[in-house]
Amino acid sequence: MPTTTTDIFTEKIERDLAIEPRDPMPEEYRRHLMRQISQHAHSEVIGMQPEGNWITRAPSLRAKMILLAKIQDEGGHGLYLYSAAETLGISREEMIEQLQTGKARYSSVFNYPALTWADIGAIGWLVDGAAIVNQVMLQRTSYGPYARAMVRICKEESFHQRQGYEIMAKMAAGTPEQHEMAQDALNRWWAPALMMFGPSDAESLHSKAAFQWKIKRESNDALRQKFIDKTVQQTEVIGLKVPDPNLRFNAETGHYETSPLNWDEFHRVINGDGPCNRQRLEHHRKFHEEGRWVREACQC
Amino acid sequence: MDTQLDLWEVFVQSKPGQSYKHAGSVHASDKQMALQNARDVYTRRGEASGLWVVRAADIAASSLSDHDMLFDPANDKIYRHPTFYQVPAGAKNI
Amino acid sequence: MTQTNALYHYCLRLGDDAVVLGHRLAEMCSRAPFLEEDLALANIALDYTGRAQLYFEYAAELEGKGRTGDDLVYRRAEREFYSHLLCEQPNTDFAYVIVRQFLFSAFDRFLLDDLCAGKDARLAEIAAKTLKETRYHLAHASDWMVRLGRGTAESNARMQHALDALWPYTGELFEMDDVDLQLLEQGIAADLHTIRSLWQTEVRQTLQRANLKQPPDGYMQTGSRKGIHSEHLGHILAEMQYLVRAYPEASW
Repeated sequence: MPTTTTDIFTEKIERDLAIEPRDPMPEEYRRHLMRQISQHAHSEVIGMQPEGNWITRAPSLRAKMILLAKIQDEGGHGLYLYSAAETLGISREEMIEQLQTGKARYSSVFNYPALTWADIGAIGWLVDGAAIVNQVMLQRTSYGPYARAMVRICKEESFHQRQGYEIMAKMAAGTPEQHEMAQDALNRWWAPALMMFGPSDAESLHSKAAFQWKIKRESNDALRQKFIDKTVQQTEVIGLKVPDPNLRFNAETGHYETSPLNWDEFHRVINGDGPCNRQRLEHHRKFHEEGRWVREACQC
Repeated sequence: MDTQLDLWEVFVQSKPGQSYKHAGSVHASDKQMALQNARDVYTRRGEASGLWVVRAADIAASSLSDHDMLFDPANDKIYRHPTFYQVPAGAKNI
Repeated sequence: MTQTNALYHYCLRLGDDAVVLGHRLAEMCSRAPFLEEDLALANIALDYTGRAQLYFEYAAELEGKGRTGDDLVYRRAEREFYSHLLCEQPNTDFAYVIVRQFLFSAFDRFLLDDLCAGKDARLAEIAAKTLKETRYHLAHASDWMVRLGRGTAESNARMQHALDALWPYTGELFEMDDVDLQLLEQGIAADLHTIRSLWQTEVRQTLQRANLKQPPDGYMQTGSRKGIHSEHLGHILAEMQYLVRAYPEASW
């Protein structure tokens, strides 16, 4: 029978039992999760902006409703994740402040601009596609509220990647101009999507502990490879080209090999110098400030 | 300090007659808003026939340290389960 | 005017209100005062865009010229839009969003009530579906009217300001022209005179609960029945129709 709180925690982790908010847990575990879940939430919320940029220009009522419903889901997913983080003892107010002061980060991919309608296709297909690979793994993460949020999110996100792929397929098979837009969007989003999985775990500071605590169950590189292997085939089906001259299938491993990614760019973008970092945070601050009087009025 | 309003827990009944299950949380300043927010956040796909909301601060919860005291004593009350009893052969519908 | 032609125009107007107001609400995405309300406004925007689709599909069938519902939305010019001026007013602040929604939903609620009982089966069917949504929109907006009207001095002032600014666009909601009169005679259209008094009562009661002063009925802006709008509509359409107009041969 475990006696110390550390023993109880370790035993639960070993037996694959979910850790719940009132359970004893090491302070580092709590802090790690707080950081990871809040950054995941911020990514969902900031991720509303690049796609939101096209809601008012969606080319049909059907497309407009699909896009709005999808972005609304992202907001909902941000909300589920904020709630999961709140169970660890941090408030939404604090998390928003961390986001706005740059103390907390969000996925670097949302610092790239959505330039044409094909970008809406590329974001759904590639960015959501990459996110799903990661989120499927996180459904089995060791912290109960996080895992439960992920189950709900994965269920709701199942249409997101399809809607993006549908746009890409339609445009790739459309007029020459549309085909060009689709290829251009793929060219621009391919590498940022692959970088969403993060640097190789060997370089990652937090990975070791995250594995030990079963927050994470597969390596960044393994997840990235899974995504590449699925996506190359999908690209061929709709007649587009993966923008990598070194792409080749290795029959021995059964996997696709790709060029090394530009991690300097990744670090530059995540540290604030991507094309849209300032714009994204400015947008968030502006509407947060504009909503202040409303929130204050609610509290009286 | 900014306010993001109070935290409420949301319970959803997915079909008439079923029990309410915890779905997640919303922030809101009053009951009406909490119900509307719960509706807009947790029933977007038509998955509900009823909603409960309750302020998170009003929920009392058991803690793991009380686990033995609270739940272990029930483990040996096997006479509360129907399989504990012997039924004469041939008796039906019991 | 034939009855079909009148009904076509009638559906077009209903669709135009829905598509324009839905567009304004969709603009609020990622701009609400907090996350839950962002989702709530998106739901209302989706309701309006969805009903726009129903109205335009019916209008396109009635017109019978082979145009689709989307053609009516994305390939008509500004002067051919008949949405009420209230619907196109911008999201100046959250108070404008709520007051606009309240004033319109209070109208819509009684309008749809009437259309449900109308003699055109298709229109009655659309109205029956959308009335449920509208009742929720009205409850949501009314609660906000009261919450913000009775909130802080600032929230009350902002609500009063939005109400004063949007009030002159409410007179137009009850104008009836030949299309209305012809269809009213046939038991299809709603009687806006009756609806007006129902609307007035609803609005007066909520404003009282919200500690807001009902503005005097001064000069009321008008024009949408003739396709004359405020300057805002042109910008909405420029954005909304951009892709379809820039690539007329493409399908999306």
